[in-house]
Amino acid sequence: MSYFLNKQGEIIIRNLIDTIIKNKEYLSEIDGAIGDGDHGINLNKGFTKFKNNKFNPEDDFSISLEKLGSVLMMEIGGSMGPLYGNFFMKMSQEIKGKEKIDKKTFGKMLNEGVEAIQILGNASLGDKTILDTLIPAQKAFKEAINNKKKFSEALKGLKEAAERGKNSTKEMVAKVGRASRLGERSRGVLDAGATSCNLILQSMADSIIPLLKEFDTN
Amino acid sequence: MQRIINDPDNVVEDMLKGYVKNHSDLVSSTDNPRVLKYKSAPIDGKVGIVTGGGSGHKPAFIGYIGKNMVDAVAVGEVFSSPTAKAFLDAFKAADAGKGVACLYGNYAGDNMNVKMAIQMAKSEGIEVKTVVANDDVASAPKTEREKRRGVAGEVLMWKIGGAKAVQGGSLDEVINAAQKAINNTRSIGIGLTSCTIPAVGKPNFEIPEGKMEVGIGHHGEPGIEVTDLKSADEMAKLMVNKIIADLPFIENDEIAVLLSGLGATPAMELYILYKEIPDLLKDKGISIYKSYIGDYFTSLDMMGATLTFMKLDEELKDLLDMRANSMGFKEFGE
Repeated sequence: MSYFLNKQGEIIIRNLIDTIIKNKEYLSEIDGAIGDGDHGINLNKGFTKFKNNKFNPEDDFSISLEKLGSVLMMEIGGSMGPLYGNFFMKMSQEIKGKEKIDKKTFGKMLNEGVEAIQILGNASLGDKTILDTLIPAQKAFKEAINNKKKFSEALKGLKEAAERGKNSTKEMVAKVGRASRLGERSRGVLDAGATSCNLILQSMADSIIPLLKEFDTN
Repeated sequence: MQRIINDPDNVVEDMLKGYVKNHSDLVSSTDNPRVLKYKSAPIDGKVGIVTGGGSGHKPAFIGYIGKNMVDAVAVGEVFSSPTAKAFLDAFKAADAGKGVACLYGNYAGDNMNVKMAIQMAKSEGIEVKTVVANDDVASAPKTEREKRRGVAGEVLMWKIGGAKAVQGGSLDEVINAAQKAINNTRSIGIGLTSCTIPAVGKPNFEIPEGKMEVGIGHHGEPGIEVTDLKSADEMAKLMVNKIIADLPFIENDEIAVLLSGLGATPAMELYILYKEIPDLLKDKGISIYKSYIGDYFTSLDMMGATLTFMKLDEELKDLLDMRANSMGFKEFGE
């Protein structure tokens, strides 16, 4: 059975921070088309605050996610602060105190995170939100492990589904959030939340896959 | 972009520092740098009035802190909801044990952060009830009023809620008065230019030369329709008709009118826009009880205006007439 260790969280978190900081302007640009152009700025602010004030390389994955979630939830505001804040905090709770994170545990983390966003944001699939990336990714991962795929293959499935999900928002009409007031005029542009969520999932999966090799006995 | 700023990422902090230095007669800072309060808040025996929202709308939101108006405000980044913590701390700054009325605008981020703050406040024994302003007729059809944004009508909601609290209203009575105010209030905006968030550095969107955007939002959310730029008189007619049809406002109604610039509109042009409005209303048998013209609720450096009408009854008139003193809104009187 493949797994990675909770104490290997440092590299996953570092890569995540770098991904957000690198894409700050890209995300704001997408948001500017139908939102108010601050998505990248706010996420960057949150991740940078976490990096400078709270991030401790000694922390395990769970503790880092909890600290990151708490900074986003308490200090960032906007819509993305509470949404991503809850997302990371719920994911963290699922692995608190656990030594190993296998595919089943990671699947549960995803479920918890997605549920938190659904409850708070009150959106459904197809509303042109973060969930249009998250739900297909969650589903692909679940199906893969149900089909006895290896952890790394399930993560590859998640990556593909997240990318497709993000791209699917381009042709959607926004139903919730600020862009929803545009109706038809929101069509033709990617959703900023779905895009940042894809970057987050890609980064996490890309960081986890190499970690799995060390323990992969399959 | 040419702006009077220091670090574009610190515009909110810098603005708050300047604001507190100049308005120390009205406001004081709190332990949370993103919360300002009325210097006398919390006021014994009075329901606390709280609002909050993104920055860039000056005088909203902090400009309405003051006597018989708002007690505490949660301050967000430019065009971005304050944190749940800021709302919670604002509740604490305003609560005198009679509960807190949180009167804010209908935006996804604000809804989420207020919701979380209320949960946290509850565990600390503070009762909070809300009114969510949705006066912008352009932001959703009438059948989906719950989706509409809150815009400049929020100023009148704060005035009414603030006055009801000073009259000794219970939390429910304050909430009912503020809800009644917003239920009777309708607004529409017209944008002529875009606006620029300093940290982004370039305009948020584009309105071509010679065009205007009808129904534009307070964050530059594109409007419902882009048309050729019309004359001020035609704009007035368009705005009045859209608002009147929505409530609807009818013959013999008495209304309060609030005409707010969006940040870059010279006061001169607001008066030019206002010129036709009393006559257009008179033609429909609607009379103006009070009117307010100026920058009440802006969108950074956007050129344009928001027109707001509130239909009045005796209670609303009484509450509107109560003296109030804040930086953004003053009501003189007995």
